[in-house]
Amino acid sequence: MWKYLLRRFGYALFTLFIISVVSFGVIQLPPGDYVTDTVNRIRQMSGGQVPPEWEQRMREAYGFGDPFYLQYYKWMRRILLDGNFGWSFTYQRDAREMILERLPMSATMSLASFLLIWAIALPLGIYAAVKKYSVFDYGASFLGFFGLAVPNFVLALIALYFSYRWFDRAAIGLFSPQYVDAPWSFAKVLDLLQHLWIPALVVSLSGIAGLVQTMRANLLDELNKPYVITARSKGLSEARLLWKYPVRHALNPFISTIGWMLPSLVSGETIVSIVLNLPTAGPVLYGALMQQDQYVAAGFILLLSGLTIVGTFISDLLLAMLDPRIRLQ
Amino acid sequence: MTKWFKRNKPLPEQSMYRAQEDETRIEAASQWLLMWWKFRKDRLAVVGGIVVILTYLIAINAEFFAPKSSVWFLKDYVYAPPQTIHFFHEGKWQGPFVYGYKFERDPRSLKKIFAVDYETRIPVRFFVRGEPYKWLGLFPARLRLFGPPNVNEPFYPLGADRSGRDVFSRIIYSARVSLTVGLIGVFTSLVIGLVVGGISGLMGGWIDNLIQRFMEILQSVPQVPILLALAAVIPIDWKPVRVYFVVSILLSFVTWVGMARVVRGRFLALRTEDFILAARLDGASTFRLITKHMIPSFLSHIIASITLSIPYMILNETVFSYLGVGLRPPVVSWGIMLQDTRQIVTVASFPWLLFPAGAVVIVTLSMNFLGNGLRDAADPYAT
Repeated sequence: MWKYLLRRFGYALFTLFIISVVSFGVIQLPPGDYVTDTVNRIRQMSGGQVPPEWEQRMREAYGFGDPFYLQYYKWMRRILLDGNFGWSFTYQRDAREMILERLPMSATMSLASFLLIWAIALPLGIYAAVKKYSVFDYGASFLGFFGLAVPNFVLALIALYFSYRWFDRAAIGLFSPQYVDAPWSFAKVLDLLQHLWIPALVVSLSGIAGLVQTMRANLLDELNKPYVITARSKGLSEARLLWKYPVRHALNPFISTIGWMLPSLVSGETIVSIVLNLPTAGPVLYGALMQQDQYVAAGFILLLSGLTIVGTFISDLLLAMLDPRIRLQ
Repeated sequence: MTKWFKRNKPLPEQSMYRAQEDETRIEAASQWLLMWWKFRKDRLAVVGGIVVILTYLIAINAEFFAPKSSVWFLKDYVYAPPQTIHFFHEGKWQGPFVYGYKFERDPRSLKKIFAVDYETRIPVRFFVRGEPYKWLGLFPARLRLFGPPNVNEPFYPLGADRSGRDVFSRIIYSARVSLTVGLIGVFTSLVIGLVVGGISGLMGGWIDNLIQRFMEILQSVPQVPILLALAAVIPIDWKPVRVYFVVSILLSFVTWVGMARVVRGRFLALRTEDFILAARLDGASTFRLITKHMIPSFLSHIIASITLSIPYMILNETVFSYLGVGLRPPVVSWGIMLQDTRQIVTVASFPWLLFPAGAVVIVTLSMNFLGNGLRDAADPYAT
């Protein structure tokens, strides 16, 4: 098992490295950089000429003139050794501050969606399988199609619309106005939970749909197996029978797929929070990309991907613990 | 036991084939015929297929089906609410028509308020002469399926947007863009997926391992932030057509992995089949093996995969257009139309701006039904 874990850890690190290169590279792609933007702005405002040495000196100062690998190396070194993510040109703030402001909320929302998916889909799927052809079964199928077809940002738009019509609230945020800047307290956490469930539900809907379908199919397969009949004939109660064997068997294929849910959850969370303008990473990342605020954007992409990779590794850990075939390798 | 038959769920042996005497028909039926028979049983998939075909027909002939062009506008009717089509006026049959608009100004906010004007009746006729266009880009024409006979009358079945343009017509024109972006992207990802998956499945060994790891890495990264970054790179001054192609190709970068997986799985399974061995012993070259024996074997699976990835492409294109990255006006697509809904106040006051989302949902749903049906039918020898 340790060999397996070590190998997965190695992959995780390697993936993280590749992602860091990609994040940094993608930010560099747009033509022009902060220096050209500033120079243009100065030109517009003062209406005069900007001596070319200024551009040159600015480039050197910011390090934009260096070749790609050198810039990348400096960036990574600063992050790893100093925790310095760079400077936000648009907001004139330390990039790390901006990232740390928003990233924990992103992680919270992804986690909430994840928990919601499992909390809702598992019971639904089990019930749909046990009561086949019942209202629940067809309801679960319908939910499946619905979650599949309606894109999450459309759902977010509709949720926004209805919240405006019914509750007369101008927007869905994550906090009530009195808690936005307040220090953390139990009441604030409660308030967050009250607001969190709508966006988390929107993000998790497609995941719920998929999981219900697969859970139902898996459990149906298990329920037809001989050991179920044996257990029933030996006198086990239906409930105990259901939970002790078939459900656990049906769950097994899922444990390995937990990790792979995370990328789509983070993606979905990004889009939904841009649409609903929530205080998570999404809107800031979007703004940074539009304004070519490269350090902020690169930092966000790096950390968001890092989140998913860590999550995938944790799921590999779980798999190793739960699946004896891997444990005994 | 009779209960099950009442629910019309046939026994497995009879699931695809009608009667005992069909046995010989079954044995003589080709792979495609079997697939068609199984596909036909899945009613949702058939409905989905019909809707998809209709949507593409409408998209190709957008100008004919849309009452107005995508740029036609009447500045007096900005944000006009949708007009209902009536048939009776004061109890008398009039044929299809809509009522006109009356304006009032709210005394406090000076905002225009639209009200139904029961005095003016604008008839809606079939096969009217509308604005001129070029059918299929070649033949000049003016015929439109339905609309007001007088070109300049306000006709807004689904309301007007912020420039006074007809939402319904624009939805139809958008279908053209949104649906074809999906096609191009899927084609590109198919090509990449076939090549990479083929190499991986055929060669096996360490190449397979390496490519697998690479695909795993690609999949373990959240796609939206990276796609956003890539799409934001597209310069503003590029021509719309160019942007359109680049967006499709970008989208294909994330979907090819799924395609490669399917292809690889199929190749791996086929490598050990007897008929491949027989062909190889007969002296067939690898190229002939692949093209004449293997590909026809998994063609049905590829088709199913393709049909399932198109809606994903359409969704992503919609999201990116909505966010303002990628396609931009004057191109129309559903995502671009949904940009009007970014302000909650706008949506709350003019909810008909959300109709493009409905179009997206319908297209996605029907393509998913179709794709699921195709995928289930792709294994015609399994019941």
